[in-house]
Amino acid sequence: MSWTRAALAMLVAIPLLALFTFGLGRGDPRLIPSPLVGRPAPDFALPVVALADPPPGGEETTGDTIRLSDARGDIVVLNFFASWCAPCRVEHRGLTRMAERYADRGVRFYGIVYNDTPAAVRGYVRQLGGQSYPALLDPGQLVAIDYGLVGVPETFFIDRDGTVRRKVFSAVTEGQLIEEIEKLLAEPAADPDAVTGAT
Amino acid sequence: MRISAGLAAVTIAVALIGTPAFATAAQIRGASAEQEDGAARPELARRVAADSALEARATRLAAELRCPVCQGLSIQDSPSPLALQMKDLIRTQVGQGRSDAEIRGYFVSRYGEWVLLQPRARGFNLLVYILPAMALVAGFALVLLAIKKWTVPAGERRASLPDG
Repeated sequence: MSWTRAALAMLVAIPLLALFTFGLGRGDPRLIPSPLVGRPAPDFALPVVALADPPPGGEETTGDTIRLSDARGDIVVLNFFASWCAPCRVEHRGLTRMAERYADRGVRFYGIVYNDTPAAVRGYVRQLGGQSYPALLDPGQLVAIDYGLVGVPETFFIDRDGTVRRKVFSAVTEGQLIEEIEKLLAEPAADPDAVTGAT
Repeated sequence: MRISAGLAAVTIAVALIGTPAFATAAQIRGASAEQEDGAARPELARRVAADSALEARATRLAAELRCPVCQGLSIQDSPSPLALQMKDLIRTQVGQGRSDAEIRGYFVSRYGEWVLLQPRARGFNLLVYILPAMALVAGFALVLLAIKKWTVPAGERRASLPDG
């Protein structure tokens, strides 16, 4: 009698334990894998924030527009950030240094402003000693939503074909930047057929 | 008399427990309305918000989708800026004539199935739907077994009863 009871208890307990182990072992539930990895990066056309001293006319943007599709053939590092985000300050130095280092090797860095004002971004960049790549305004956060943004900072690596290859959640390190950029640079340049096929 | 007093006590207790919840819900709604009016919004989203039938559709869809910057809140229930912007995007897509499935599909393609507050009933997700029913059946079986055990057969009961 007690043996059947023990067997019954095990029958219930073991699957439950297995389920809990699976659920708890998945790590941070906020770290959801991006469904965009391996898929074409959503295109955008965004105005560039005027990072220099506040323009006299109160103009917040330079008048330039950056289109992701124009970067086809280059590697793109897309960094979503905000002046109010603490980890963004941590990663900023590495991003601006790597943007300089790889500027003439076909790697473009873009910062996309997340729920912040151009004035605050200007102050932030000045405080951190400048930024070697453009900051883009994203009105209504439509591009952020298009990239499935969960928080800032988030960094996306886009290859020469315009495919999202990796997403880094939270502050990106210089090591991660170098590792991923070198990996993408080592890949053979896309042939024209692949480029037309990837849209 | 005793029963009605008890009933009154329970009613008062429930009302007291419930009151703070109503207050916070009202505050959140007030805060979100403030932000919605203040922010610059796309024209199409504004038009959809003014149309009660379309807005009802947008609200229903927003209630199905998870707010990415919150803990367990829907886009509809969250006062966060991103949730408000996502609600506006839903309105815009409703205004563009997209179907419910297309709008849901857009958010799933960006955020993954995680964004759906009610998981699709297939694959591993099926456990969520099956386990409660199984637990219910198992519970009934346990209760039946227990009752059987507790019930003393008629013959034994007479014998075990104390004298008198």
